[in-house]
Amino acid sequence: MKVLAAMSGGVDSAVAAARAAEAGHDVTGIHLALSRNPQSYRSGARGCCTIEDSNDARRAADVIGIPFYVWDLSERFHEDVVEDFMDEYAAGRTPNPCLRCNEKIKFAAVLDRALGLGFDAVATGHYAQLRTGADGLIEMHRAVDHGKDQSYVLGVLTQDQLAHSLFPLGDSEKTSVREEAAERGLLVAHKPDSHDICFIADGDNAGWLREKLGDRAPNHGGDIVDQGTGEVLGQHEGTVGFTIGQRKGLRIGRPAPDGKPRFVLDIEPVSGTVTVGPRDGLRIDRIAGIRARWCGSVPTRLEGTVQLRAHGAEHRAVVIVRDDEVDIELQDPAEGIAPGQAAVIYEGTRVVGSATIAATDRVGV
Amino acid sequence: MTVYLDHAATTPMLPAAVEAVTTQLVTTGNPSSLHASGRHARRVVEESRETIAQALNCRPGEVVFTSGGTESDNLALKGLFWARLTEGEDRLRILTTSVEHHAVLDPLDWLAEHEGAVVEQLPVDSAGRLDLAALREAIDRDPGSVALISVMWANNEVGTVQPITEVVAIAAEHGIPVHTDAVQAVGSVPVDFAGSGVDALTLTGHKVGGPYGVGALVIRREVEVTPLVHGGGQERDIRSGTIDTPAIAGFAAAVELAVKQQAEHAERVSALRDDLVRRVQEVVPDARLNGDPGGKLPGNAHLTFPGCEGDSLLMLLDARGIECSTGSACSAGVPQPSHVLLAMGASDEEARSSLRFSLGHTSTQSDVDALADAIGPVVERARAARR
Repeated sequence: MKVLAAMSGGVDSAVAAARAAEAGHDVTGIHLALSRNPQSYRSGARGCCTIEDSNDARRAADVIGIPFYVWDLSERFHEDVVEDFMDEYAAGRTPNPCLRCNEKIKFAAVLDRALGLGFDAVATGHYAQLRTGADGLIEMHRAVDHGKDQSYVLGVLTQDQLAHSLFPLGDSEKTSVREEAAERGLLVAHKPDSHDICFIADGDNAGWLREKLGDRAPNHGGDIVDQGTGEVLGQHEGTVGFTIGQRKGLRIGRPAPDGKPRFVLDIEPVSGTVTVGPRDGLRIDRIAGIRARWCGSVPTRLEGTVQLRAHGAEHRAVVIVRDDEVDIELQDPAEGIAPGQAAVIYEGTRVVGSATIAATDRVGV
Repeated sequence: MTVYLDHAATTPMLPAAVEAVTTQLVTTGNPSSLHASGRHARRVVEESRETIAQALNCRPGEVVFTSGGTESDNLALKGLFWARLTEGEDRLRILTTSVEHHAVLDPLDWLAEHEGAVVEQLPVDSAGRLDLAALREAIDRDPGSVALISVMWANNEVGTVQPITEVVAIAAEHGIPVHTDAVQAVGSVPVDFAGSGVDALTLTGHKVGGPYGVGALVIRREVEVTPLVHGGGQERDIRSGTIDTPAIAGFAAAVELAVKQQAEHAERVSALRDDLVRRVQEVVPDARLNGDPGGKLPGNAHLTFPGCEGDSLLMLLDARGIECSTGSACSAGVPQPSHVLLAMGASDEEARSSLRFSLGHTSTQSDVDALADAIGPVVERARAARR
């Protein structure tokens, strides 16, 4: 096959490209330039958008012995991922930009262009496994290395996208991938993993949002209200600094009557009201999901598990599907779940699909 | 078989230049040393200087060896600007064109940001040719405030040859020094330093069949220039640093040959170029030729392919062993739409849909044939990738 290997400059995508080449595919490496101004990321940057990362990817391609190019997707990335991220926060939701990037950039813009140019598939360094099911459809399963499993951020991919994807690392442990990189002479063998949102260079998400959103809602002050009594406990200077489940930095002068810590339970973007209460108030057991996407055939009702954040726990759940919406009943309640996050639905290790969380119900409500 | 159509980026070294370099590489002697070995090396350097002077019609003492085009441009622009400042404190304006190479635009940006220079990028027409009326107007506004003018001899992307004679004539009315970046011009079109009347001229080795890392600034003896690199006082104290005898010997051999063969080369290569354009347009009728059809470098074919990403075309051709350029400056690792095409009035979209094919001394008919065979399917593919 003619394979386009997306190379971030990290160890995983380098080994994935090397494995694809070794498997006999005709591999071309590309690095996606996603920042409109990479120079601003020169110092202290993490993630995958810096000039150094581009050079690391190029050197890995040299060692593997494959052609290498840089594709400028900065405009698309800004429109589809960065602006969406800001819009979602402005609406009081908590999006996951990595899922969005996979859905709109890596397995859409890049894949479409690759197919048009005559490639058969795109290979990435994601930890997930692809198998052909009994029905002939491509199934995506959790990676062998559960600690590194990235099937969650791939839960937005459709059958057509999966049919043109390669994840050569799905059957490997991260430690062995690093060892293999060293054996292959890849200079990125010991490069640290990236963890943060790639377009927020210093990892200060709240600060970045404050600066970028400026006067846009909901970044205005409001009351901090007690869930039980409705009493106004204090004021804050902007809802952007808060996330559901947050405990620290609430700056409430008085302790709760029962002496227990209080958590952010709800953020109302329009009024600016932040509701706080005891930890129990964070527990939810019902989720309404929108924008459902399915990896294969569309279920109507299934008993499986859902995962609600990257590297989060699995919750046993019953999922009812109505068109592109889902109702999820959690048998194991979850805590601190915010609208905008993705619920990825599994049956065993297989990813069935995903939905964006629109609303949640607290336990007992 | 590689089909190399990127001679404007760099061109293969001429055998005579390779020989000159290798001969000197195994010969010991610092040209600044006073003993026999030093004198021998110095003689090679001075003969090289004389060879280049003869080829370009300048005096040997006007040839200042540098590390290449970028250094020569920096030396000319900063050196002339500072030297002119010491003559008159209010001479802060630098006039240039909007289609210069980054080796000119970036030092000028730096001078504007750090040294108070007022840089005016003069407009060009749709063929990339400097608007002389705009130059005249900019000078007439306040002739005494203009420190220098820098206009490239020929454009590296679209190949347009600039009206240097006219620029010099206008500048001469007010005694304003003129620098020209002739990196792409030497060996391709006639370049006569004294005849042109410019005060400073940039050239580089690897564009004329010489080695990398060596070039020269030809600068009139009467013109003051402030040095940028201080050290041992080599090169008339304008450019210190141990003189690179092998590189200079190879550079001179290449300049000599390239200039001697210029007319014949231009005739042969422009015929190939015209055939390339004609046959590409036969297969891709909406492909548009950019630049000045009447005044263009002989080896340059810069084409816009509507509906295609230049990056896609380059990659698809590269996979078939055909090497060209998107002509875009790669600023900070991210391909930017060419400032040259934008200045010529192209849209962002058009600028991103363009390729530069550049032919040189090793180009043959079979190179053109290979491109003519490949371009149809490649354009079709690139268009499919956009849908």
